[in-house]
Amino acid sequence: MENTADQQKISYDHVDAINVIRDIVHETGRSKESLIAVLKKVADRFGYISNTAIMEISRQTSIPAAEIFSVATFYRMLPTTQRGRHVIEFCESLPCHVVGGRELYRALLEQLGIQPGETSPDGRFTLLTTSCLGVCEVGPVLSIDNTIHGNLTTENLPEILALYE
Amino acid sequence: MKVYRSMVLISNGESSKLKGSEAVIASFHQAIEKYDLGREVHLTTIPDSSSAKSQPLVIIYPEAVAYGPIDEEDVDFLVSEHLYKGRVAPTLKVSDPFEMKRISWLLQRTGTMPAEKRIVLEHVGVIDPTSINDFLTHDGGQAFATAMEMEPQKIIDIIKKSGLRGRGGAGFPAGIKWQAVRDAPGDKKYIVCNADESEPGTFKDRVILEGNPFSMIEAMLIAGYACGADEGYIYIRGEYHDALEKITNAIQASREFGVLGKNILNTGFDFDIHVHSGAGAYICGEETALLESIEGKRGEPRQKPPYPTTHGLWGKPTLINNVETFANIPPIIQYGADWYRAQGTPSSPGTKVYTILGNVNKTGLMEVPMGITLREVIGIYGKGMKNSAFKFAQTGGSSGSIIPAILQDTPMDFDSYSNVGVSLGSGTLLICDDSNCIVDCVRVLMRFFQVESCGKCVPCRIGTEQALEIMTAISEGKGTMAHLAQLEWLRQGMEEFSNCGLGQTAGTPIKNMLDHFKAEVEAHIKLGVCPAGVCSMGE
Repeated sequence: MENTADQQKISYDHVDAINVIRDIVHETGRSKESLIAVLKKVADRFGYISNTAIMEISRQTSIPAAEIFSVATFYRMLPTTQRGRHVIEFCESLPCHVVGGRELYRALLEQLGIQPGETSPDGRFTLLTTSCLGVCEVGPVLSIDNTIHGNLTTENLPEILALYE
Repeated sequence: MKVYRSMVLISNGESSKLKGSEAVIASFHQAIEKYDLGREVHLTTIPDSSSAKSQPLVIIYPEAVAYGPIDEEDVDFLVSEHLYKGRVAPTLKVSDPFEMKRISWLLQRTGTMPAEKRIVLEHVGVIDPTSINDFLTHDGGQAFATAMEMEPQKIIDIIKKSGLRGRGGAGFPAGIKWQAVRDAPGDKKYIVCNADESEPGTFKDRVILEGNPFSMIEAMLIAGYACGADEGYIYIRGEYHDALEKITNAIQASREFGVLGKNILNTGFDFDIHVHSGAGAYICGEETALLESIEGKRGEPRQKPPYPTTHGLWGKPTLINNVETFANIPPIIQYGADWYRAQGTPSSPGTKVYTILGNVNKTGLMEVPMGITLREVIGIYGKGMKNSAFKFAQTGGSSGSIIPAILQDTPMDFDSYSNVGVSLGSGTLLICDDSNCIVDCVRVLMRFFQVESCGKCVPCRIGTEQALEIMTAISEGKGTMAHLAQLEWLRQGMEEFSNCGLGQTAGTPIKNMLDHFKAEVEAHIKLGVCPAGVCSMGE
């Protein structure tokens, strides 16, 4: 599998942006069956799915833009708004909650100074809450840019956050 | 096939990675090069199957010696002793004998202890998940070969006779589902493997997929042959990057080996498997929502009936089973229905994979015969409560039940649990001690349902929202007794009028709370205190 984390994200302002989208559609497929995979790749490459991207995918696949938008807004991994440089997803499900997640969440809000759904003013972090990430054996967990950090405590949280500038 | 003298398995799951398993792997590569063992020793990674205490874990075959925890500095010594000089290094071996049993095999009951019985997880963590040859040398593929010599109907009869029930949570008899797909009219049929495991606390399917992906392909081949299907889909949740990689690799290797594709092994049977990766939506674990998602749409559940057995993927008859259900198929075909029925209880044969989590000393994955009790699980597998007394357990993620301490001696099987009004769910045992507040926990569960409701039908969309508001109010000290009546009304409405399983079961935690913990809830409302000291009560 292509490791998108290592790949440099590009901006929609980039001169080649449209071509990148066309290439993704071309290599993934134009059928409706491939739509979610296309959107996922676009989100990974650009950080989110812009209206420009939706219009271009619509032109390439002949799927109505309204339908593409409705699919994109349904899934958590297909963001349609711009996010910070690093995306924190905090697991708020019960298995993490009962083994220290409750306290950790309070500490996280305090350290970031933002509420879930918000991006820090310097654009460093976007904080999101998520349902179970499926790594409950090392709870409480959070994921930053799709990398899982487990066995977190209020003590080791600052060290983890410091890894992301 | 290339033959290696030794095989080294290194645990590299999330928990091991945190303890530096990647550095250990790098050191192994260096040491193997240093001693020039590259042609004799094969190195591979496995998911975490032991407890955190012995991670990173290293298992060396053919001697089957388990070493752990291993850090970078141990590696040179280990390679020179075990692989170069050929003698076991006792100082680095896993010390805890109990731990050792979890790593290797434990098939008989020892003394009075209900031993772990591994059927589904038998090869997980002991074979190389990236090598089809390793799978084949561990009896892999035998069930498929046996099945191909039978009439398709005979296979379904065996599954029916085995009494296998779906492991996704509902416990529907698998044989009946298979029969329905086989009997459905039409030439084009599909087999779908539901690997969109997203019940909070459940990660058994991930471990099966990461540890033995070829067994999933084998089971789907058998299902395809039995039901008359020639195409299969595996729907994996988007968060499972490693499982996706392993299964994609396994499919490719199977195609090259000739067990997927046209005219498989010259039998005239065609079958191929596609992988579809989810994009983050709990509801897609619901079977018809999953089909919608494969078709590239919003994952909103369809109305049932018609059921997927007759109108499934693109309107064609479709068999959908959970990963763990499929993982039971090869052993049943290989060893027979009678052998399978000898495990577990009469109404729920076989074993069940549980994840044991929460406030116990030992957390992780276990596979035990159906019918053992919560008390045994906590005492034997969880090694007792960590800090204080057992208060309740939450089974099967969010649509499971809250099991109060008074029910901890009820055998855990589908029927015994439904007789006392609770459900087994998908296999999570979240053990909570008395430092947890029932109101706080139910509020968290309601928040989950409110977030994950797809919004298609009103009872679920509005019901979960209102239930969350009420639970939040109670936890902030603003609850009234009228709220409790309203909660009960919402619960009934959601259960009776929702379109799919999510809405129908969203009220279960409320019901369990009002049945078993009413005094604690009323303390929040009438006395304005949270007995466990967890809820903010408006401060």
